[in-house]
Amino acid sequence: MVDVPLGVGGVPPAEVEDVELYHPKSWVTHYVFSQDAKIIAVQYSVTALSIGLVALMLSWLMRVQLAFPGALSFIDADAYYQLITMHGMMMVVYVLTALFLGGFGNYLIPLMLGARDMVFPYANMLSFWFYLLAVVVLFASFAVPGGPTGAGWTLYPPQSITAGTPGLAWGIIMMLVSLMIFIIGFTMGGLNYVVTVLQGRTRGMTLMRMPLTVWGIFTASVMALLAFPALFVGAVMMLFDRLLGTSFFMPEIIEQGARLPYGGGSPILFQHLFWFFGHPEVYIVALPAFGIVSDLISVHARRNIFGYRMMVWAIVAIGALSFVVWAHHMYVSGMNPYFGFFFATTTLIIAIPTAIKVYNWVLTLWRGDIHLTVPMLFALAFIVTFVNGGLTGLFLGNVVVDVPLSDTMFVVAHFHMVMGVAPILVIFGALYHWYPKVTGRLLNVPLGQLHFWVTFLGAYLIFFPMHYLGLMGVPRRYYEMGETAIYPQSAHDLNIFITVTALLVGAAQFAFVFNLIWSLRHGREAGGNPWRACSLEWQTSATPPPHGNFGKELPIVYRWAYDYNVPGAPEDFIPQNQPPLAGEIASRAP
Amino acid sequence: MIIVVAFLAIVIVIAAWWLSTQRIMSKPWLEIGFIDELPGVRPPPTKIGLGIFLAVAGVLFALSISAYSMRLQSADWWPLPAPRLLWFNTGLLILAGAALEWTKRQSRHADLDGVRFGLIAAGVFTLAFVIGQLVVWRELVGEGYFLAANPANAFFYLMTGLHMLHVLGGLVALARVTFRAFGSYEGRGERDRLRLGLELCAIYWHFLLVVWLVLFALIAGWAGEFFEICRQALS
Amino acid sequence: MHVVLVLVLVAIGSVLFHFLSPWWWTPIASNWQYIDDTIIITFWITGVVFVAVLLFMAYCVWRFRHREGHKAAFEPENRRLETGLTVITGLGVAAMLAPGLFVWNHFITVPPDASEIEIVGQQWQWSFRLPGKDGKLGRSSIDSIADDNPLGLDKNDPDGRDDVVVQSEDLHLPIGKPIKVVLRSTDVLHNFYVPEFRAKMDILPGSSTYFWLTPTRTGTFDILCAELCGTGHPYMRGSVVVEEQLSYDVWLDSQQRRMVAQQDGTKGQKGEVEVQQ
Repeated sequence: MVDVPLGVGGVPPAEVEDVELYHPKSWVTHYVFSQDAKIIAVQYSVTALSIGLVALMLSWLMRVQLAFPGALSFIDADAYYQLITMHGMMMVVYVLTALFLGGFGNYLIPLMLGARDMVFPYANMLSFWFYLLAVVVLFASFAVPGGPTGAGWTLYPPQSITAGTPGLAWGIIMMLVSLMIFIIGFTMGGLNYVVTVLQGRTRGMTLMRMPLTVWGIFTASVMALLAFPALFVGAVMMLFDRLLGTSFFMPEIIEQGARLPYGGGSPILFQHLFWFFGHPEVYIVALPAFGIVSDLISVHARRNIFGYRMMVWAIVAIGALSFVVWAHHMYVSGMNPYFGFFFATTTLIIAIPTAIKVYNWVLTLWRGDIHLTVPMLFALAFIVTFVNGGLTGLFLGNVVVDVPLSDTMFVVAHFHMVMGVAPILVIFGALYHWYPKVTGRLLNVPLGQLHFWVTFLGAYLIFFPMHYLGLMGVPRRYYEMGETAIYPQSAHDLNIFITVTALLVGAAQFAFVFNLIWSLRHGREAGGNPWRACSLEWQTSATPPPHGNFGKELPIVYRWAYDYNVPGAPEDFIPQNQPPLAGEIASRAP
Repeated sequence: MIIVVAFLAIVIVIAAWWLSTQRIMSKPWLEIGFIDELPGVRPPPTKIGLGIFLAVAGVLFALSISAYSMRLQSADWWPLPAPRLLWFNTGLLILAGAALEWTKRQSRHADLDGVRFGLIAAGVFTLAFVIGQLVVWRELVGEGYFLAANPANAFFYLMTGLHMLHVLGGLVALARVTFRAFGSYEGRGERDRLRLGLELCAIYWHFLLVVWLVLFALIAGWAGEFFEICRQALS
Repeated sequence: MHVVLVLVLVAIGSVLFHFLSPWWWTPIASNWQYIDDTIIITFWITGVVFVAVLLFMAYCVWRFRHREGHKAAFEPENRRLETGLTVITGLGVAAMLAPGLFVWNHFITVPPDASEIEIVGQQWQWSFRLPGKDGKLGRSSIDSIADDNPLGLDKNDPDGRDDVVVQSEDLHLPIGKPIKVVLRSTDVLHNFYVPEFRAKMDILPGSSTYFWLTPTRTGTFDILCAELCGTGHPYMRGSVVVEEQLSYDVWLDSQQRRMVAQQDGTKGQKGEVEVQQ
């Protein structure tokens, strides 16, 4: 135990003077080209959620085609592959990554750490505008001749840059360029998030006092910074192959009867680069979700997060390990088969820290005081879907089990459950939780409960049975399931059931959008700390927090973020900036 | 991919060392009260930011080298000659870095003329490096070593191009620092900012040099033996 | 308290679905029963964990729901509990990984007596090549591909003289004999997937990949492509017929005779063309 000075009187005067903020002078610099992390966060979130709605509607079209082949005449095979590609890429990169890091990261890091803003506000602003430009380029590919690329979100060459795949002329180029812009923009944002955590913490906010949300976003940002370059290099090389005729990835091939002037390239090389980015990407989405859900459970169960230290170590361990598991996406890719031993082992090892996190969430509920608020409902649903998706990951990570299951609907069901449904449930929970801080008003509760039940149960009904289609042998990325002797008629019926459920779940999201807009004006006034939470973002001088976040003085932190129901305390929570209560230090000693 | 994993392992070791200094084993629920984290002066955020950016750029180059080493094994690989001019360019980049290092010293003595002179010199050397690289490209194209003719050529242009982009980015920062040195130089704040800018530029230029030396070693073919040893050790 | 009810229903419903639903893997037709067994082990271990976590959650939500005057316990950690859970998880993971790695080792070790066949994927059809009496496949190159040589066989390689090329017809395989399947593509990635065989592997242009199996059940099975290969991906179908050695020999013989006749035919045609000129 360290020697800690007692009370406010024990706090030495600050050696570093407060940061000077950039103060916007006009409406444009205030709300459009804003350098305030909170505004940038809202910009990121609104953009990402809008793209999410587009991606949702694309998935509707896909599902209709799968259940009723040919019902929509404008979806031919070309269009179908364009839909799945855009849906996948949008969701993984432009929605989930952008929303967790750009949206929640920007809003929560400075507020939770007691900082006035990010350390590089100008780069932070540029980051958003690069992101928006990347989005514009991505959407512009719908308008170019040939349409967007239909190569699948994995963009595997040679298929992605040869005939037989839609979007060969322009779509693939726009996709690669858009990704490159996104990566450059993200690097600016990511540097901000990381350096702010390292340097911007207020006095007394040691690393081990940070809320787990910040730990998750911080680790994910470090990972993203180190993983995105792989996609960048892959994109540059593929652009060279496509535009300048090099053969980084292109072997000798014959394209519809004509020998192409490529030779010697390695398609496997691209897969290595792609998954070197792609696997950490899964955790880039998952870690912020882990962090956020830890805080949601703790606040709404009115109990400290169980095993805080283990949770931090698990986040860091997952972050580090996730860089040596990438080839588990390539067990049947034709790479050196001996790699399978190594990558199966690392992959299953990563299950251990992940499992610890699950245990600790559940153990936080144990002996808690559980308030079934809407954010809590989403957090509980996250545990269900994440455990389900995580456990099916043990099938796919275990090299030989992956052999029959790879490239089937089992994989589709697995990754939707684990990095689609689960993180999105966290996003919803987080939006219900922090919306009152952003706007000063609570979201409507009955509407929220309706949204929750349809989304959770619907998503589970969509993706749980889908595993069994894959087990049966239905491959993924099929324009239509088609007929073979092994599919019984009931499998087609199941397909229709999944589609109908998907349409319903999608429709429920519009109730949520309505709630977001309606509550802006008509929601119940929230006050500064409606959930009675400990962390600093709830202790701001005003709600919504003003420019500079805190009042004249930055808060000083005296405790960790999880002092709920401390024995002897007058209330069931003690804010992080509350100096020690009388006799508290003695009573806490081990 | 072993090269990039090795590079990341170094990054992770550094991160782990740093974490180990952050009392990561402590039990935060027992530590009620103020904990002062500011015993010394914290390094400025820009310096930390640069350090992290260098790790990111390092991964980028480590990945291209990984890709290079994988592609190297194919039968259609014809290494291209390393033009002599590359030696000269290497010298220019060393001089640019040295000039910045010298300027940094001058700034400590508050020798403003020296700082201005040093900044200009570094800028000129760096620009000359960029031009030199472009001349090398022209020379090689003139001799028929086209980008798409062979993977060795493609990697040569790709990696020198990526490096050059980083040099150009550095030049933008250098231009800003130079501009500042020629502007008002009053007040302690201004002077500190200039000194910091110089220090960051010097670090970045040393990074550019190290990356360049590694790339040059690959291009000149010295790395081939190294890869061969690695491969034998692995198989 | 419908949350508790739903959590219990999800746990029980998932288990019931697993056992009662009609959707399950197709009866196996190869020696990879091991893979199915590993999946079953994994299902048991993960199933137990899933149900346990969900039921425990449901219990917590019910038992510790908010009531007036109820207070949560303050218990930051419990090292013994956490260590215990970690160890149990580690054991569970090992129980899945060990058989997995064991079977994988088996999967990548081709028995020495396996006979080779070649499967070529191209947008969007399957072609097959079987060695003739010499049991060896000849060399091939993508640059040798021509109208009369769709798979690009090297005509100068004596091993390839008697190779049998099968296009737009079913592939036949003898039952009970280990087969090393060598895979080659002329354009993009494909994946040779017969659900009944369990084994599958991507096909790479520019190099060849392989896997091995022993067919154990006679019948006709559909070949699917399991790696996105362009718009025709779902329509890249074929059939493989597993049959007794005797009927296989008859089939191979007829194919060989067809090959010879074809070669004579093309020679004859060429001769005619020359005469006409």
